[in-house]
Amino acid sequence: MPSLGADMVAGTLVEWLKRPGEHVRRGDIVAVVETQKGAIEIEIFEDGVIDRLLVDVGATVPVGTPLALVSGPAGAAPAAAQAAPVPVAIVAPRPPARPIAPPITRAIGRPPVSPAARRLADQHGIDLGPLRGSGPQGAIISTDVERAIAAAPAPSPRRFDAAEMRRAIGAAMARSKREIPHYYLSTTIDMTPLYRWIEDENAKRPPPQRLLLAAPLLKAVALALRGAPELNGFYTESGFQPSTAVHIGVAIAIRGGGLIAPAIHDVDELALDDLMARLRDLGMRARGGGLRSSELSDPTITVTNIGERGVETVFGIIYPPQVALVGFGKPIERPAVVDGAIVPRRMIVATLSADHRASDGHRGALFLSDVDRLLQEPDKL
Amino acid sequence: MSAAAAPQQGVQTTYREAVREGIRAALLADKRVFLMGEDVGRYGGCYAVTKGLLGEFGPERIRDTPLSESAFVGAGIGAALGGMRPIVEIMTVNFSLLALDQIVNNAATLRHMSGGQFSVPLVIRMATGAGRQLAAQHSHSLEGWYAHIPGIKVVAPATLEDARFMLAAALADPNPVLIFEHVMLYNMTGTLAPDAGAVDIRLAKVRRPGRDVTLLAYGGTLFKTLEAAEALARENIEAEVVDLRVLRPLDSQTILASVRRTRRAVIVDEGWRSGSLSAEVSARIMEGAFWELDAPVERVCSAEVPIPYPHHLEEAALPQPASIVAAAKATMGR
Repeated sequence: MPSLGADMVAGTLVEWLKRPGEHVRRGDIVAVVETQKGAIEIEIFEDGVIDRLLVDVGATVPVGTPLALVSGPAGAAPAAAQAAPVPVAIVAPRPPARPIAPPITRAIGRPPVSPAARRLADQHGIDLGPLRGSGPQGAIISTDVERAIAAAPAPSPRRFDAAEMRRAIGAAMARSKREIPHYYLSTTIDMTPLYRWIEDENAKRPPPQRLLLAAPLLKAVALALRGAPELNGFYTESGFQPSTAVHIGVAIAIRGGGLIAPAIHDVDELALDDLMARLRDLGMRARGGGLRSSELSDPTITVTNIGERGVETVFGIIYPPQVALVGFGKPIERPAVVDGAIVPRRMIVATLSADHRASDGHRGALFLSDVDRLLQEPDKL
Repeated sequence: MSAAAAPQQGVQTTYREAVREGIRAALLADKRVFLMGEDVGRYGGCYAVTKGLLGEFGPERIRDTPLSESAFVGAGIGAALGGMRPIVEIMTVNFSLLALDQIVNNAATLRHMSGGQFSVPLVIRMATGAGRQLAAQHSHSLEGWYAHIPGIKVVAPATLEDARFMLAAALADPNPVLIFEHVMLYNMTGTLAPDAGAVDIRLAKVRRPGRDVTLLAYGGTLFKTLEAAEALARENIEAEVVDLRVLRPLDSQTILASVRRTRRAVIVDEGWRSGSLSAEVSARIMEGAFWELDAPVERVCSAEVPIPYPHHLEEAALPQPASIVAAAKATMGR
């Protein structure tokens, strides 16, 4: 059972997506786990063959509990890993398939799927992957999908418990306030050039491809972090470990209350359009379920962007084991002095909450002014 | 056959007699109707369809013609333009090729080219199909060619009811209508239902309901297809049989409604597969029901050879119930 956040102590297995004997590859989604933050898809980090499932559907187990045994690609000794398949088949696991050659079974290509089956599966959110086809040439046909719809457990345990999430947020924030010596910095950034640039860009684009303010803000933070490794990483028992990768946790408010901050990976390397697409995707999945374990467990810093309907300034609380949180308030048009004249400008207050065990205010200040500088030249983001 | 047969029970009849009764009824109903063709009068028609009509209606209205398809079809077009309602019989579809110019260049075009001033309310009946060991010059199924031509309508009665009543609808149509009568159907006996009546020649018809696979057939293949459906039922496959019966314009709605229900289609066509009517029906299914399909469309057509003379080779060249059953099972993955 992976840790999906510093505050997580246990998780409930709600679904196996792989069966014993099935081949898995690093990155495959193998199970769904219910946590205080909702249902999370669990990825596997090993290539191999599922040997045995160790945890039944419905069981709640502590973080660190092996969920399944995976034999290595060369048939090496089974290694415990977090992964495995559908529960119905626990009856008699087939003898561990020993893949001498790479799997022939499914690797040859996906089985054909009839148009009717494809549409039906799409309408009902059925994953065609595990289905067996009964049609011509082994094709998956509509009746196979109908069977899967009938057999699918009423999307039961993927419920969202607001009280649970509140407790989780409380536990994490209490730990943060207890353990992390915060310092806070704030600066006001002129957003006028960025707004103008976004307007020009968006005028050229159809609505689905338009940029929102959040994308350049995240990109500027990510680029500035390259020069501020003391703000990006984890503080653990063994001290501070900076991260070379920039995985930004994006705070997303859940409708009906609560908050979640899944990561967008390698933001500093993403083009703005890709970043925008990730943001949209993440927002949808965070609110509809379907976040992946790696997105929850590995943000190296968090950005909270209050947006148009918020307030001027955010005083953030760091999410442990991270060591910094960047906040953006609401952009406000206000009088500013530019070239000796008072003119209206769009301004935003950027704040930094950082962990004094990992950095000092001087470093934090340089970082925030870097963000400011980067946002003045949006076309270079 | 007696017109006074007990109407409650229905009338025991043959396809041949049903066609003849249709012609009689048309001749009696409308003085503008007359019949002409090779051997339709004194000889009674090469398939004996028109036997007795010369005696009843006389040589003015039952006219034997010289052996020139182009001439008598052209005469029929002229008569139709002049206000008559001619029924022209061509012995077989193979011979109709001699009249192709009249049919395609004149009958099909004049209404269009005159801006609607002249209609050609002509009906051409002809025999089609194989099975009587008449060899490659008298056995082909070329109705699919005619179904390609805008400006004409093409129908293929397979049942007694359609044989009896399609003619009236064809004569009532202002366009040239071609009626294809399959040679193997003439001797078919059966009961004409007492309530049988007008046929709508815009609609295909479901001859047997079923939920698992749609078998689309017409004319001579309809009964082979129904026989295949019976065999499939013994294996718990419920086939729906759709009689296309109108080959132009195709009744796409009925075809698609059935295929959308069953998600599988087999097209049975005595024409050759390449460039055939079955290809057109298959294309329409792709265009209109692709997302409903659970299997590729199957076709059962004639072997791509001139229809052979020897009985066993002729049978082997034609769609048969066994090949229809196999195609239907293929769509089920069985």
